[in-house]
Amino acid sequence: MQYEEVATTQDGNLVINVGPQHPATHGVMHLVITLHGETILNVQPHLGYIHRSIEKMCESLSYRQFIYSTSRMDYLSSHINNHGCALAVEKGLQVEVPERAKVIRVLMDELTRIASHVLWWGAMAMDVGALTPFFHAFRERELINDIMEETCGARLTMNYMVPGGVMFDLHPNFVKKVKEFVAFFRTKIDEYDTLVTYNVIFQERMKNVGVISAADAVSFGCTGPVLRACGVKSDIRKLAPYDGYEKLNFEEPLETAGDSYARYLVRMRELRESLSIIDQLIDNIPEGEFQAKTKAVLKLPKGEFYSRVETARGEFGVYIISEGGLTPYRIHFRSPGFANLSCLNHIAKGQKIGDLVAMMGTLDLVIPDIDR
Amino acid sequence: MFIVDYIKTVYNASTSLLKGMRMTGYYFFNHKEIITLQYPDVKQELPERFRGEVVMTHDEKNEHRCTGCTACELACPNATIKIVTKQELQPDGKKKKALETFVYHLELCTMCNLCIVACPTDAIKMAQTFEHSVFDRNQLTKKLNAPGSKLMEGVE
Repeated sequence: MQYEEVATTQDGNLVINVGPQHPATHGVMHLVITLHGETILNVQPHLGYIHRSIEKMCESLSYRQFIYSTSRMDYLSSHINNHGCALAVEKGLQVEVPERAKVIRVLMDELTRIASHVLWWGAMAMDVGALTPFFHAFRERELINDIMEETCGARLTMNYMVPGGVMFDLHPNFVKKVKEFVAFFRTKIDEYDTLVTYNVIFQERMKNVGVISAADAVSFGCTGPVLRACGVKSDIRKLAPYDGYEKLNFEEPLETAGDSYARYLVRMRELRESLSIIDQLIDNIPEGEFQAKTKAVLKLPKGEFYSRVETARGEFGVYIISEGGLTPYRIHFRSPGFANLSCLNHIAKGQKIGDLVAMMGTLDLVIPDIDR
Repeated sequence: MFIVDYIKTVYNASTSLLKGMRMTGYYFFNHKEIITLQYPDVKQELPERFRGEVVMTHDEKNEHRCTGCTACELACPNATIKIVTKQELQPDGKKKKALETFVYHLELCTMCNLCIVACPTDAIKMAQTFEHSVFDRNQLTKKLNAPGSKLMEGVE
């Protein structure tokens, strides 16, 4: 990969670097952009600034230990990453997870999804020039963080899912606090709509920007809201339900336009769907064990195990190859951010440079997820 | 027709902007819904399960519950814990393994809680402290068992 500095090429095009430290990339990502005037000709992402080789690290950790490191990948949906890993290990162990643990897991997943989407909403609005939504978003996210802190013990990197269930039982205040939050947040989504969604300036900024067709999105491997904004059903919770999602009644939001505004709308509707899932479960948490009995030392049989979950950004896959020992022979994570980033060059070509943050914002990139 | 469209767009944009500004005005006059705390003057009370750092519990007789079984050391993914044991002479003349030093590297710890779960005797727990910054990183390597402490009666 050729490394180009700020320069004009021979045909008069300008090459500029956005990042590695740039407020709009929300992390250490480096984009080399070739411009003709204000029009983008090419976007080349350079990765590796926050590479921690988590996959290699996991090869030396036991099946209980490696789960915590996945919280550090997509730190905004760390619960769901942990969930995917726990599912893969349980597949190998042939452990039946208790009903209570399943419900707790789904509740935590949906709360994480809301927290992640709310943060995305604030950060994306800030990227396109509205500063106030960021503070509104953080106010609501703080309530979820408090709930997490009380039950899981941490605000961001919880490490709450363990093979066989969850680490602790729910805190006695959990149900009450979640109900309060759900009631409070329903009014706040309407505020979000007034502030940003119905704002004509915002709509003009997002519509027909970064359009991707359904066929292209599939071939780039995009998942999650990026693919659903093109009208392709791709929710893993519907396609391959795990941990009781098949019993729940929720909709998969779809849009057809495929532009930045469609991706925005899909995420806003997902917020409401997550709230309805929490509503269905919060009164029906079954009694019983929160963790299945597992051996002190976990050993997976020889073979390959794959599990996939739907994170806030798309499909997250965990692929474990076991040789029968204490540690995995090889672990691979399929992270949604990496695949979603790969379509950036395709959607940015021919657009103006000012729209680049609108496209990156609605792709919802989390850099440590791209660069494991 | 272009001029009519243009004026319409300007009108729509400014009304939607005003709707947003009305909300900003609402919070300007309703301070009580603002939730920020004036840290460090006001500190939030942290929940019981909050994971700040690993500490060892001692009772009033300066006795701990750690037998030196190294279950936490094996459970730790980052080699944060190092347990040094010694052979202690029992009253009946037999030798028994006992804890000499519980070394805890706070600078390596990720607060994953796996050591607490692994401990068979509930000797260690998570403390609710979070202000860990020091000028010298050597200060982050801690000895958890208090000087002169010994194993509690009846803990195996």
